[in-house]
Amino acid sequence: MSEIQLWTLIGIVVTFGLYIGIAWRSRVKETKGFYVAGQGIPTIANGAAIGADWMSAASFISMAGLIAFMGYDGAIYLMGWTGGYVLLALLLAPYLRKWGKFTVPEFVGDRYSEVVRAIAAVAAIIVSFTYVVGQMNGGGIVFGRFLNIDLQYGVMIASVVIFVYAVLGGMKSITWTQVAQYTVLIIAYLIPAVAVAQVMTGIPVPQVSFGQILDGLNDLSVQLGLEVYTDPFSTRPMIDIFLVTMALMIGTSGLPHVIIRFYTTKTVRGSRYSAFWALFFIALLYTTAPAVGAFTKFNLLDGVNGTPTDALPDWVSNWAATGLVSVNENADVVNTVSNDPDAGADLTVNNDILVLASPEIAGLPAPIVGLVAAGGMAAALSTAAGLLLVISSSVSHDLYFQRFRQNASDSERLLVGRIAMAAAIVVAAIMGVNPPAFVAEVVAFAFGMAAASFFPALVLGIFWKRCNAIGAASGMVVGLALTITYMIYTLEVFGTVANDHLLGVSPEGVGTIGALVNFVVTIVVSKLTTPPSEEVSEMVEGIRYPAVQRRSPAGS
Amino acid sequence: MAETEDKSPGPPGDEGPPGGNGWRREYWRKNLRLMVVLLAIWFVVPFGLGIFFVEQLNQITIGGFPLGFWFAQQGSIYVFLLLILVYCLMMDRIDKEFGVEERDEAPASGSAAAGDAATEDGSKEGGDS
Repeated sequence: MSEIQLWTLIGIVVTFGLYIGIAWRSRVKETKGFYVAGQGIPTIANGAAIGADWMSAASFISMAGLIAFMGYDGAIYLMGWTGGYVLLALLLAPYLRKWGKFTVPEFVGDRYSEVVRAIAAVAAIIVSFTYVVGQMNGGGIVFGRFLNIDLQYGVMIASVVIFVYAVLGGMKSITWTQVAQYTVLIIAYLIPAVAVAQVMTGIPVPQVSFGQILDGLNDLSVQLGLEVYTDPFSTRPMIDIFLVTMALMIGTSGLPHVIIRFYTTKTVRGSRYSAFWALFFIALLYTTAPAVGAFTKFNLLDGVNGTPTDALPDWVSNWAATGLVSVNENADVVNTVSNDPDAGADLTVNNDILVLASPEIAGLPAPIVGLVAAGGMAAALSTAAGLLLVISSSVSHDLYFQRFRQNASDSERLLVGRIAMAAAIVVAAIMGVNPPAFVAEVVAFAFGMAAASFFPALVLGIFWKRCNAIGAASGMVVGLALTITYMIYTLEVFGTVANDHLLGVSPEGVGTIGALVNFVVTIVVSKLTTPPSEEVSEMVEGIRYPAVQRRSPAGS
Repeated sequence: MAETEDKSPGPPGDEGPPGGNGWRREYWRKNLRLMVVLLAIWFVVPFGLGIFFVEQLNQITIGGFPLGFWFAQQGSIYVFLLLILVYCLMMDRIDKEFGVEERDEAPASGSAAAGDAATEDGSKEGGDS
């Protein structure tokens, strides 16, 4: 066992012990504790938990790698995955917290009807499921690299761990574990980034200092046959950059596993500040990621540029074992680098390894490499746990018991939820071995679907009293159908043939159009049908004010 | 939510809006106005500066960063954070002004010490029906 493997094993075992210890200490037995942690989570802790829940294997493992290869265009992920929190804070979080129940479909059920609730539950399951596949794959990559096993066995180990973990925790234990996981993952992300920034520029603040290497990076990229790093629109046209960014933003604020976190705060005011703290914690990583991408790419290109293929740095052969790095057999000297296996470059590097490999590429000591592996696992596990909770609550709370067994006991509800979770993990693991695209892109599809289904129904439900059940149902069905159809049309998933993009719209960006269509359909159909009942108007009125009025407005 | 209405007192003063619930319209209007201003900034900075006009802004370089590139990969995120903070602070003020702020809540610094039972204002259950 190499030194790096030893430290990885130590990092993973210690952190897993910590999580399971916390999960065990704060386990719950009642449904309210299980779904919304008894609504007793302090604001900053909730913010950190949202951060961990939010920052998935995609954020931790793939994002900096994607940015490294996309250059400017990587900003779609940076802006898209943070801008949605503004929408959440302003449009959804305080109102949904005021209404205060367990799941997102449940709000939709109260506001519209039981049929809409069922549609929303199915949408929540599809969205969360797509998302969890990415986590499986991410966890598998970590195990695969550091314990030297095939990706498929890595995925299997990851799913067993996630299963044990998810069954242990209701929302309460998941939340407190996520606070610990956030701490692990942010430390694991920042230490190598700060170290690399210090070594390369003498300024230990990566956010500021990566500006200094951009010129050099642009030159190196051109020499090795890549695009100029800071030039926009090299991978996508402007219209598509706009659509994808918007789809990710709207999708963020429509993701059930994120929204549900705002149900767990103590007060309406707490839910607003939770959004602030969540974005604060997320921004720590998201402003560092582009620096990590730029530094790592600079080091990578600098280390291999013009190097004979038999004298490449150690990390190349270490990672070659996972199949994620490969050297062209016909090349003697590295003159071209690519992330696309079909490009036939002298050195091919998969996006997903850049963060995990960055300490090695920069030549940092082995314990830090182990720490990064533990951070990657923390990111994958925390998000998977949150998603599996949504899947299990949708299946058990919103579908099975709502439709078939309204009088079921608490323990029966939890049991059915856990069975649903187990089934979801098995299917997700199978798909995790053969993901439709890179990890971050798999996740991007979930956003498109969330954008096209939930967001319009929730926003209109809060801000437009006239919006009715038929309108919301038609909007969700049409928006979701359009989005999924276009994704299947343009991608090779489920054995279909990939067709060309229409009007430059990529499958990741179609969610914006799906959301727009959803809004239009909902409004038109609502206008044409009867208004919702008096009670529904009362309910909407009620969620608009944080508390019962105790004083008249100032000045009166 | 019937409870809110029952308790809302007819404004004792005469310059209050007409009707017992006039304050609601006023509160909601202030909320919406704040929201629209913040959302306008939310749209202009990332999409305007970071995407539509990125090539023009990239002509300017600050600290090694082409400006448009900086807005797309750094600046937008700082702006988002600022927008949410402003929203939280302004809403605190509006809530206080209209007397609808919550009692007994944990301070924003997140002290876990506040009792669980005391933190609910009781109005939540009223919204369930």
